[in-house]
Amino acid sequence: MNLFCIGLSHHTANVATREQFAGNATAETIARESGCAEALLLTTCNRVEVYAVSDKRISTDEITRCLMAKANLDPDNYSPPFYRYEDNKCVQHLFRVASGLDSMVVGESEIFGQAKKAYESARTSGAVGPYLHRLFQRAFRVAKQVRTHTDIARGAVSVGSVAVELAQRIFGKLSECKVLVLGAGETSERTTRALVSRGVNDLRVSNRSLDRAHGLAQTVGGRAVPFDDWVAQCREIDILLTSTASETPLLTSEILAPMLWERLDRPLFIIDIAVPRDVDPSVNELEGVYLYDIDSIRSVAEQSLALRRQQVAAAEAIIADHVTEFFDSISRGLTRLSQGVEHPSVGENPLHASEL
Amino acid sequence: MDRYFLIASTFCFLAAVVHTAIELRTKVFRPMRFNFVAIGLGFIFQTVFLWIRGQELGRCPITNLFEVFAFLAWSVALIYMVVGPAYRLSLMGAFTAPLVLLLQVFALIAPIDTRHPVTVPVNSWLEFHASMSLVAYGVFALACIAGVMYLLQERQLKTHHLHSIFYHLPPLTNLFAVITRLLWWGFALYTIGIVSGFFTGHPLPRIQVVAAIALWLLYAAVLQARHLKWLAPKRVAALCIIGFGVALALLWGITFTAELHHAP
Repeated sequence: MNLFCIGLSHHTANVATREQFAGNATAETIARESGCAEALLLTTCNRVEVYAVSDKRISTDEITRCLMAKANLDPDNYSPPFYRYEDNKCVQHLFRVASGLDSMVVGESEIFGQAKKAYESARTSGAVGPYLHRLFQRAFRVAKQVRTHTDIARGAVSVGSVAVELAQRIFGKLSECKVLVLGAGETSERTTRALVSRGVNDLRVSNRSLDRAHGLAQTVGGRAVPFDDWVAQCREIDILLTSTASETPLLTSEILAPMLWERLDRPLFIIDIAVPRDVDPSVNELEGVYLYDIDSIRSVAEQSLALRRQQVAAAEAIIADHVTEFFDSISRGLTRLSQGVEHPSVGENPLHASEL
Repeated sequence: MDRYFLIASTFCFLAAVVHTAIELRTKVFRPMRFNFVAIGLGFIFQTVFLWIRGQELGRCPITNLFEVFAFLAWSVALIYMVVGPAYRLSLMGAFTAPLVLLLQVFALIAPIDTRHPVTVPVNSWLEFHASMSLVAYGVFALACIAGVMYLLQERQLKTHHLHSIFYHLPPLTNLFAVITRLLWWGFALYTIGIVSGFFTGHPLPRIQVVAAIALWLLYAAVLQARHLKWLAPKRVAALCIIGFGVALALLWGITFTAELHHAP
């Protein structure tokens, strides 16, 4: 049996190249047209990959032809930077992909769902046989283990997710938090949506234009607050998200400090994504106030990415163990097949039973 | 012979500390289960030690500084075993193990296991007073640990430098809620301990009474300030650490004077 993977990813090809090969074929057509025993097509915004099993060697050009079948490109005059991995390299590559190690944002978890979808689609069409079934089941298990036993998926890497993560580090559950959104820009809307998705119920929106405040409040399920009243809201709120176009700071230590006495036991988390900043940096010196401007949010995102990169070695070690173990189990299976044991009993090997 | 159990217990806590240190180094934190098991085992060995020593003495084994420190370490582990799962505080074990380890290593190394014949007959009120006070100390120790965790988390949030441990520490508000509960529990137990001291039928050394009431007043002041919202959570957390430091110093003083008082 020849197990291989042929593909293009963000590492080797730009989006213009990748889109030439996305959406033209299915796992079933690839298996049928190339003569593979089993095939699976994984297409995401960052990669187009074919995982296949065949009795004889199938050339990269053959798979390329299948992928570009409807793209009207001449494979003889067009040689995109396809990579090819075989046998244990292929297994290792899939485990890395499923675990998010090969992703543009290391450790992202979206790829896991995309791989599952690709597997389900290929299985439904009948393009997946026992070999790819075992391979992908193991890949999902490895991905889960990598996430559980390393910090590869820890830390947020976008403005919205950093804001949510920090809010959760301060308040725990966000469902009891009162949030004031000052300014109705696009970034604040995205960040507000991220907060709402994590359970924020009490949402207030304030803007110089009350109509825009009403508009955003309606979109995110909050209520509008007149712009003249927003400072007084700081007595009750837990999170302040600002993104106005003001040229001078709207909130200073002098304005905020007297209000803090009334809320000494409750922290105040301020996310200032406005440029120029809406909140004077000295506000961060006040007790119980945690001020994050756009630069500090970016810095947290970079720290998270650095933390994830530090985890790569630990993740690679887990993957290496599984690659070896997977090949051992496959060889044992082949040996047993050659000895005439076609259907090993389910309880005979719990590891394989769970895979099958 | 009984010391071997305390040594075995110390190794369990050492294992938890080493495990945490390795995870700190590799920046991969999964210490919860391992630490809980290690601390649980350590707690069992501590209990066996105290039971054997108690059988041997025919009374609660808090007759010298060594036993007091061992009993205090046992109290801290006991409260952790109760509080850890109840409040679901991740990494609490990672912070508890070093404190227990320090207490036990000190007890084992320092020449404080002096066995002198105890002249005072067994007094159940006195034993209740002493043991209840030590359990209260265990609760204050946990409040101190939660305070350290709070300040660590708070510092990282303030400075915007987030270490990987940051993502495993409990949220600030949860930690503060736990600190408050522990302070109330510790205060209630300590109050019971102090009040029971007045039923012993023996005149206690004045310095002990003054020290115990001073500590009680310190924690009462912290709780009152917390209740009236006069203190920010950060200051309450810092006072928990200071309070436990003072408590340890007073414990030393109280035990030392008690040893002098009861020595033949």
